Amino acid sequence: MEKMSRVTTALGSSSISGRTMFCHLDAPANAISVCRDATQVVVAGRNIFKIYALEEEQFVEKLNLRVGRKPSLNFSCADVMWHQMEENLLATAATNGAVVTWNLGKPSRNKQEQLFTEHKRTVNKVCFHPTEVYMLLSGSQDGYMKCFDLRKKESVSTFSGQSESVRDVQFSMKDYFTFAASFENGNVQLWDIRRPDRYERMFTAHTGPVFCCDWHPDDRGWLATGGRDKMVKVWDMTTNRAKEIFCVQTIASVARVKWRPERKWHLATCSMMVDHNIYVWDVRRPFIPFATFEEHKDVTTGIVWRHQHDPHFLLSGSKDSTLYQHMFKDASRPVDRANPEGLCFGLFGDLAFAAKESLISGDASRKPYPGGDRRYPIFFFKKPNPTEQFAHVSSALSVFESSVESRHMDWLVKTARLYLLSGKPFAELCDHNAKVAKELNRPQVSTTWTMLRIMFSDPANLSTPGPNHIGKLGTLPLMNSFSMKEMGTGLVAEGRLERSKGESRQDNLHLEPGNSLINSNNDENEETEGSEGQAEYMFGDAELDDDDLYSMEHENHAAEEQEYTLPQEAFPLRHEIMDNPSAPEHLQQDKADSPHASGNEAEVMCLTPIESFSLISISQPLFSPHLPAQFFCPVVREMLIHYAEQGDVQMAVSVLIVLGDRIRKEIDDLTQEHWYTSYIDLLQRLELWNVSNEVIKLSTCSAITCLNQTSTTLHVNCSNCKRPMSNRGWICDRCHQCASVCAVCHHVVKGLFVWCQGCSHGGHLEHVMNWLKSSSHCPAGCGHLCEYT
Amino acid sequence: MSVTADFSPKPFHFCNICQKVIRKKEKGVSVQRPFSSGPSAFIPEDEVVEASQVDPQTEQLLAEAYSPSGCVDHLTQVMGLHPHYLESFLRSQFYLLRMDGPLPLHCRHYIAIMAAARHQCSFLVSLHVREFYRMGVCLDWLKGLQYAPQRLRNLNEINKILAHRPWLITKEHIQNLVKTGEHSWSLAELVHAVVLLAHFHALASFVFGSGINPQVDAQNANAFQPVYISNCYGCPSSTSPGATDSVSELEALMDRMKRLQEDREEDEASQEEMATRFEKEKKESLLVGSGDFEDEVMPTSRGSRFVEDATFGYQDFARHGEDNPPTFRAQDYSWEDHGFSLVNRLYSDIGLLLDDKFRTACDLTYYSLASHEDVDTTMLRRALFNYVHCMYGIRYDDYDYGEVNQLLERSLKVYIKTVTCYPERTTRRMYDSYWRQFHHSEKVHVNLLLMEARMQAELLYALRAITRYMT
Repeated sequence: MEKMSRVTTALGSSSISGRTMFCHLDAPANAISVCRDATQVVVAGRNIFKIYALEEEQFVEKLNLRVGRKPSLNFSCADVMWHQMEENLLATAATNGAVVTWNLGKPSRNKQEQLFTEHKRTVNKVCFHPTEVYMLLSGSQDGYMKCFDLRKKESVSTFSGQSESVRDVQFSMKDYFTFAASFENGNVQLWDIRRPDRYERMFTAHTGPVFCCDWHPDDRGWLATGGRDKMVKVWDMTTNRAKEIFCVQTIASVARVKWRPERKWHLATCSMMVDHNIYVWDVRRPFIPFATFEEHKDVTTGIVWRHQHDPHFLLSGSKDSTLYQHMFKDASRPVDRANPEGLCFGLFGDLAFAAKESLISGDASRKPYPGGDRRYPIFFFKKPNPTEQFAHVSSALSVFESSVESRHMDWLVKTARLYLLSGKPFAELCDHNAKVAKELNRPQVSTTWTMLRIMFSDPANLSTPGPNHIGKLGTLPLMNSFSMKEMGTGLVAEGRLERSKGESRQDNLHLEPGNSLINSNNDENEETEGSEGQAEYMFGDAELDDDDLYSMEHENHAAEEQEYTLPQEAFPLRHEIMDNPSAPEHLQQDKADSPHASGNEAEVMCLTPIESFSLISISQPLFSPHLPAQFFCPVVREMLIHYAEQGDVQMAVSVLIVLGDRIRKEIDDLTQEHWYTSYIDLLQRLELWNVSNEVIKLSTCSAITCLNQTSTTLHVNCSNCKRPMSNRGWICDRCHQCASVCAVCHHVVKGLFVWCQGCSHGGHLEHVMNWLKSSSHCPAGCGHLCEYT
Repeated sequence: MSVTADFSPKPFHFCNICQKVIRKKEKGVSVQRPFSSGPSAFIPEDEVVEASQVDPQTEQLLAEAYSPSGCVDHLTQVMGLHPHYLESFLRSQFYLLRMDGPLPLHCRHYIAIMAAARHQCSFLVSLHVREFYRMGVCLDWLKGLQYAPQRLRNLNEINKILAHRPWLITKEHIQNLVKTGEHSWSLAELVHAVVLLAHFHALASFVFGSGINPQVDAQNANAFQPVYISNCYGCPSSTSPGATDSVSELEALMDRMKRLQEDREEDEASQEEMATRFEKEKKESLLVGSGDFEDEVMPTSRGSRFVEDATFGYQDFARHGEDNPPTFRAQDYSWEDHGFSLVNRLYSDIGLLLDDKFRTACDLTYYSLASHEDVDTTMLRRALFNYVHCMYGIRYDDYDYGEVNQLLERSLKVYIKTVTCYPERTTRRMYDSYWRQFHHSEKVHVNLLLMEARMQAELLYALRAITRYMT
């Protein structure tokens, strides 16, 4: 008895045959177990308890163990195990806490042999001793494990885990006396069956419940555990401290784990929730499953290898009420489908690219990357391990460094910085942005802005019709020369330009009274996009006028506009601080700010009439009075979508903001939200915090504006008692002292508090500003030379 | 019936906290108050305050509570009787409302308002209306549910089902919310919303069950009528007519617990018997309490504008002569195995926090029962927890529902049923009428158990529906 003879039937794989097959059960299965000679399988669940014979082509129901008119809860099985020595002996764990043994050799219909009702809670697991016929172990929700001698009426020993519910118990395959138990609190305990007073060893294996464990069939010291934390860990138990030697991260909590027979490194897992597949892992390659079985439609609840020396057959039962036999050769191999190429951008625009070696070497000779500079290809070699059945792929890693000039994102950053999105009349914003785009060599965008200005600059109330623009067709040569001059670079550089022009042309075409005729004309234009020449001439006049005008205007205003830009960035931020003003202080605050703001506006105001006047006077003849701005909305919408699809979400968002209410209703909220989030994400990646904040502020989507509300809480401690001030920012609930007093007026500051970072004195923004105008010393009298900038 | 021979005649032989209370009263402070000033209408103020002063850990925790109203609100004060639990409660609530999650902050508070309004819990409604104001966005939603976006209004359907009859929720409900469209929810958002709903439904139970007083203006907005002032604080004075009765009640309960523990092996009930016991308990829960309130009270509180279909109320799980929905088997869909995995997958980390909260609530014990020390109360706690689940049609195979019958007296059952199923009807009389010789902190403990059991039941039904939708 000491030295166990290994019970080997030495069954060659030749004697088992079959194919991938399944059968429908009547009810969801909770567990399955197979008899020793691999010819029969028992399926147990809440409403099912049946034995199926495994035949060549199909499962055949052999026996229904669920008998009686009103089956009791003893039939409601959480687990089942077929004895590996005695082929007539089965044990089940019932959800009501009963442990039942069944003797198939009984002549009566009811095969129930013994009933143990010693556990108070659900029994999660039963386990027969691998070599001892009469020894049965059970683990229950009540935290106890019990060992039964089947010749006796009750348990022979009880093991108390002293921690929470037992989820799994497993006799060691090699150590006669040892068994492992896994617990809901993440612990695994090792017990000696002869010593029920305390465990031999305990260690924490997982965070959260350990749902399963399995001893390695060959290696004495290895124990695999699976837990709710989605990990499978392999522990070496031969050393003093259990040592984690492998760890596989799966995508869902691990319900069962079973070592694959005859394959030292392989184990099969299935999950408890969400994921329905069965995975076979090579523990040395933890990042990709070795094989996957994807047949089940609901979670797999039981897996078992059909024969303990045959690695090719896997049986599984599932909540979807099916029982499967999987052939290993039919498994899908994720590694075959995996993409051995990888691509990643570095922080400074460098590009790393890993690919199969063969691919790279071929590439190198062709020199296919004119843009990048291929510097150092690195080759990694992993020593091939003959026992690993994984496909070996060696990859080459190349890093491409981008030259400084070719930073393609430059224009985006600059544009983001320079665009004006608010704070000025619509027309000016458009002009400004058009100019920015033009300076950055993006004539198409520039033109779009100009177009937008023309379309939406409210000319509708002017009644003079402008039927004369057809007549302007005559001035072709002039136009031609102009556009070449002004937009030379653009026409050459950007092919897309033509398309957008086509769209803008379309708008203008609609102005014509003979709509149908022009439409057909227009269609032709769309189809023959390449031959843009004609159409260009037709409406070039509009461009001529505008460009003429604006080139002039911009030169005039360039200097002034620079001046606006700076204060605009510096000041609006203050207004965003909303402190739930309940005190009049805030009003003062506003006043304090207002000189700047109003000064700004004053300048704008005095400019506006001039600007808009000139505008209107020019664009007046272009529009017939019965065409309101809404008329263009569909076209503008298409344009925005076009830009967004081209990847220039910046343009889409900027136009959206600048046009505001004029276009907002045309585009559905989700799309807008999508654009905003993409743009904001982009800006934040580029660390353009100010711009992103401005965009958030100006957006009209509630989902976006509330981004500004997240993590805006400032926790303040009282300067007196150093406790957190929970209620208001200026008075402490505990010591009833006002925390922040203005150094100038000695009143409490309830709104903005500005303080010197040198001496940490401060007060009302307005007061401190005034004070420091006349004095350079700190108002508190500390002698520090404060500065307000 | 056991005898009270070993009882000393002292009126203050109870625990530390109680002794203090009683001694104070004897000095002449004993006045019959409606407790409108303290945190709870049911519990004398000094008891709550004293507890928080006694325990330094509590105070620190309360300080961390950082509630919007400036001071530690009444709810936190009452819950502070169990500081260990309070900590995990606050941690999960903070995570739900403030930390990163799929839903924007103001929506979370709005969902909280919707959930609390279902039970006309003006305490929670006004608390979160205030919070919502602080967010400063979409303030017009506060005018009523019809001003909220369609997406939130769609949530109303599962809100009302979860609040009153969670067993009716199906995967079709989930499908309707998640299916692609203009107002669709992502699964992560939905899980967040469901957890919020369950949390605040359960919290409403706690608020009513412990008679939390409204924060600012007492009386007018509250649903409690100060009529129910009994002359019993929970600690029986010598003049109390029911004193001996209640003492023997306690003794009887202790006795029954002991007997149940001992007799467990011998009491070999057949399986059919066990099943019948569950059914019986389920059926009996119908008769408990519900009869008095046949007429449906239309809500008039300030929360009513956040309620649509206000007449949808609780109906018993097991109704006579109707097709009952199938019993929910706890072993087939448990929080530990299934619920946790799903929640944590879709809304990371909340599973851990909720797990911690459930565990703390279930394991919380001081090994004492009223005046008795060294008592294993596991049975009693389990009976309370499972009785709530039983009313919601969740059955544990491994539980003998006969225990419920033996351990929970009728007045307690009435209280449990009211607090979990229609908390707005809870009265001081109900609170006072059960376990008269127990401490208030123990009754709060009962409330905590009821709250967590209810929340878990709602979550289990909702998450099972989501799982079914996903598979």
